[in-house]
Amino acid sequence: MRRFVISQAKNLIDQTRRRPLPNHKSLRLLSLAAASDSAPVLSSPRLFSSSSDMSGSDSSSSSLPVTLDSINPKVLKCEYAVRGEIVNIAQRLQEDLKINKDAYPFDEIIYCNIGNPQSLGQQPITFFREVLALCSHTALLDESATHGLFSSDSIDRAWKILDQIPGKATGAYSHSQGIKGLRDAIAAGIEARDGFPADPNDIFMTDGASPGVHMMMQLLISSEKDGILCPIPQYPLYSASIALHGGSLVPYYLDEASGWGLEISELKKQLEEARSKGITVRALAVINPGNPTGQVLAEENQREIVDFCKKEGLVLLADEVYQENVYVPDKKFHSFKKVARSMGYGEKDICLVSFQSISKGYYGECGKRGGYMEVTGFTSDVREQIYKLASVNLCSNISGQILASLVMSPPKPGDDSYDSYIAEKEGILSSLAKRAKTLEEALNKLEGVTCNRAEGAMYLFPCINLPQKAIAAAEAAKTAPDAFYCKRLLNATGIVVVPGSGFRQVPGTWHFRCTILPQEDKIPAIVNRLTEFHKSFMDEFRD
Amino acid sequence: MALEYESLNENVKKCQYAVRGELYLRASELQKEGKKIIFTNVGNPHALGQKPLTFPRQVVALCQAPFLLDHPNVGMLFPADAIARAKHYLSLTSGGLGAYSDSRGLPGVRKEVAEFIQRRDGYPSDPELIFLTDGASKGVMQILNCVIRGERDGILVPVPQYPLYSATISLLGGSLVPYYLDESENWGLDVNNLRQSVAQARSQGISVRAMVIINPGNPTGQCLSEANLREILRFCYSEKLVLLGDEVYQQNIYQDERPFISSKKVLMDMGSPFSKEVQLVSFHTVSKGYWGECGQRGGYFEMTNIPPRVVEEIYKVASIALSPNVSAQIFMGLMVSPPKPGDISYDQFARESKGILESLRRRARIMTDGFNSCKNVVCNFTEGAMYSFPQIRLPPGALQAAKQAGKVPDVFYCLKLLEATGISTVPGSGFGQKEGVFHLRTTILPAEEEMPEIMDSFKKFNDEFMTQYENSFGYSRM
Repeated sequence: MRRFVISQAKNLIDQTRRRPLPNHKSLRLLSLAAASDSAPVLSSPRLFSSSSDMSGSDSSSSSLPVTLDSINPKVLKCEYAVRGEIVNIAQRLQEDLKINKDAYPFDEIIYCNIGNPQSLGQQPITFFREVLALCSHTALLDESATHGLFSSDSIDRAWKILDQIPGKATGAYSHSQGIKGLRDAIAAGIEARDGFPADPNDIFMTDGASPGVHMMMQLLISSEKDGILCPIPQYPLYSASIALHGGSLVPYYLDEASGWGLEISELKKQLEEARSKGITVRALAVINPGNPTGQVLAEENQREIVDFCKKEGLVLLADEVYQENVYVPDKKFHSFKKVARSMGYGEKDICLVSFQSISKGYYGECGKRGGYMEVTGFTSDVREQIYKLASVNLCSNISGQILASLVMSPPKPGDDSYDSYIAEKEGILSSLAKRAKTLEEALNKLEGVTCNRAEGAMYLFPCINLPQKAIAAAEAAKTAPDAFYCKRLLNATGIVVVPGSGFRQVPGTWHFRCTILPQEDKIPAIVNRLTEFHKSFMDEFRD
Repeated sequence: MALEYESLNENVKKCQYAVRGELYLRASELQKEGKKIIFTNVGNPHALGQKPLTFPRQVVALCQAPFLLDHPNVGMLFPADAIARAKHYLSLTSGGLGAYSDSRGLPGVRKEVAEFIQRRDGYPSDPELIFLTDGASKGVMQILNCVIRGERDGILVPVPQYPLYSATISLLGGSLVPYYLDESENWGLDVNNLRQSVAQARSQGISVRAMVIINPGNPTGQCLSEANLREILRFCYSEKLVLLGDEVYQQNIYQDERPFISSKKVLMDMGSPFSKEVQLVSFHTVSKGYWGECGQRGGYFEMTNIPPRVVEEIYKVASIALSPNVSAQIFMGLMVSPPKPGDISYDQFARESKGILESLRRRARIMTDGFNSCKNVVCNFTEGAMYSFPQIRLPPGALQAAKQAGKVPDVFYCLKLLEATGISTVPGSGFGQKEGVFHLRTTILPAEEEMPEIMDSFKKFNDEFMTQYENSFGYSRM
């Protein structure tokens, strides 16, 4: 509508150039256009200037090819709160803190918005980085001094990996699915984990797990009539990717009261409702362990999900990036591949895509961008299309590929580095479990807040029962109530969390997602500040 | 079956990427069977024996394992300037290589890129308008995703072109508007061809939104002259097109008549109104040049005259992918601010770089001359980039044989070449060419000492092929 008005108005300006005085009609249309916020060239003063002033530049901004109202609407539609508004505010505060230290009741910004462990002090696994360093600069392997600086098994592993790379050229594009030898190691790792064989040809290595998700969305979605079932709350990569590819997100609600349980009846209900609206539901996305919710699915539940997908003809997209992050003794990670195979379902029975990443677990190598998807149950003509998509980008980064193979086949008992590796791994995991518990307990002590335990992953997702007064204040500030709370929290404490609305939630409920990643020594201060803030917030807004 | 071929996104099915298509797959099969294959299908220098530059690898190795920096003996394995540089880059990160950076890339590295651009062009560059990406290809896809709304949006793309563009336009559901480069004029760009292409597209209801130039060209290698660039920018100004300047081969120049000049520099030189209004996105990479670090996946794009709110949207989409990989960002920083005279590693760095570039220049010449000595083969000189794109004049007998075999003629030729010699090329049809004119693309990357043998092998195959099919004209069933 705006564009129509603008083009009408432009026509009129052109006409007024030919006529010395604007007529009544054009005045009205032009003021309509000027009222709209993207009609920069049609400000009223120009109307009254002589025609000679209406030269070249009047068509400049509004007819540029790339402007906000002429870019792909899917780009405008998609959202990603994890690095959204709150984070922008936090970054500005952080800049300002450098020069205006005394203006704030805190002296640092603590980013609890994103699962980025090494940015908050978590150390990488030494063995992994030794191998990567040797593969980065292979000349080291020819130097005798190297033996004094690197563990012997890291040197062996580097040789082994380099032998699997044609020409030992770590700077060359590899096979578009990833280096074969590394995929062999990953397949062996999957087999060791699950007890069922894995085929290296089913593995597609990607720059992190996210590009794999995008590839599948691209494949599955042709129009908004194609729907993908996603958990609510969900990690917003899914909603963003579906929006970018022009599809429809079909929500299924996890049950907060039962520890974020996944009910098949809910899946059925949502599926039928979507179908009744003419949507072809193509896939079911399951995040296990969950993000932001942290629940680890019970095996029985997983079997129901596999049966459901098989019965309804859905591709199962299993986001398993947190498979190494399980903090409770009563739950265990089972891959969907293992569950499906142990039910007797083979290649011909179920289409399953399993995603893994090097960004999480105990390795936390977010910045390396490594991951893979294991694609099983697809016919060869479909797999060719997946390969083709992968080939347009040539390949994923080699360093990330190497790391993915190390994650899936780490040091074994007897290896030189095994003891230190295990110590590092268990140190990180037990610390994560401890922090999860400490923060969960602290949150549950807050007035009006309930928080399910983080069984796995890296987040807590407390539910805040916001008082009416707070909700009204949020509305007045034209902000979602949970965003209002989070902004207040940021301004009072420097702690950055993500409002629950960024993940979606049952309407009328409010949450925020906070990571468990700040180092242990920071946790008491975070708990204190959060507790203090919450008390004063409730004092201000209590009904 | 939950997922059948029929129900896949049509755009995915339509898209083609010949660089790793049929010829490459066949070559891989033959390799598995034990045949020696010379892969000249993709610009992948290290795969053909080019060594990585030493200094950047030393720096990144130290960044991978920062605990080395504390070791008393680290100086035995690494020169002091590499150690200092590693510390410098690590200080730009918050958590080393293992932490997501800013979604646009580390601010410190983007600043170095901006400084590089400023030194190269003589005009200021804003780091806020520079986004690092996992390879230049990802950047191209991001920008095209912004520009293409639907099938009525057309993108002007040179023919022949690097098929990332055609593949991406297909995937995004847009329209490719071809403009033909003139082989008889060293693959020159005639603005009249552009005008014609745009007029034709518009007459079909297509809204032409952007123009791609690849300079130096891929597969064609031509380097655009300053005059040509000015014409192009003027054209974009008057036709309201955003110019996408793929400049990934800017370090690969093999003649002295037309050195590389960036689109941005020319645009700024032109002054108002062009410099303030023509929208431009320029792309660069660590994969090419004399670095050849393809496997790192490092690149950037710089935006000029893109409205701030659009930049925000592009940032938003970049944030969904969290961040480009940090090691490659460091490679990019090193590429734009390499060792300087006086630095400990400078001599070695200069020697290695010069060695590579001079060899590439020699190989460009060897290959061009080699092709031109073959029967029915005509080859423009590789002025820049990494490829040779000879025209193969296939006799009617060969065209018939191809038809019998159910293959496009240049695919037929390239498959025969592969089976006879192990040389794996990409048929010209993968890049687009004039109707009835056939080419193949090969790289100039095989090791210099192997070049003569490769060219001999090619000549033997080609001349025999030509003789065979020239004599078979008339025998339609052979």
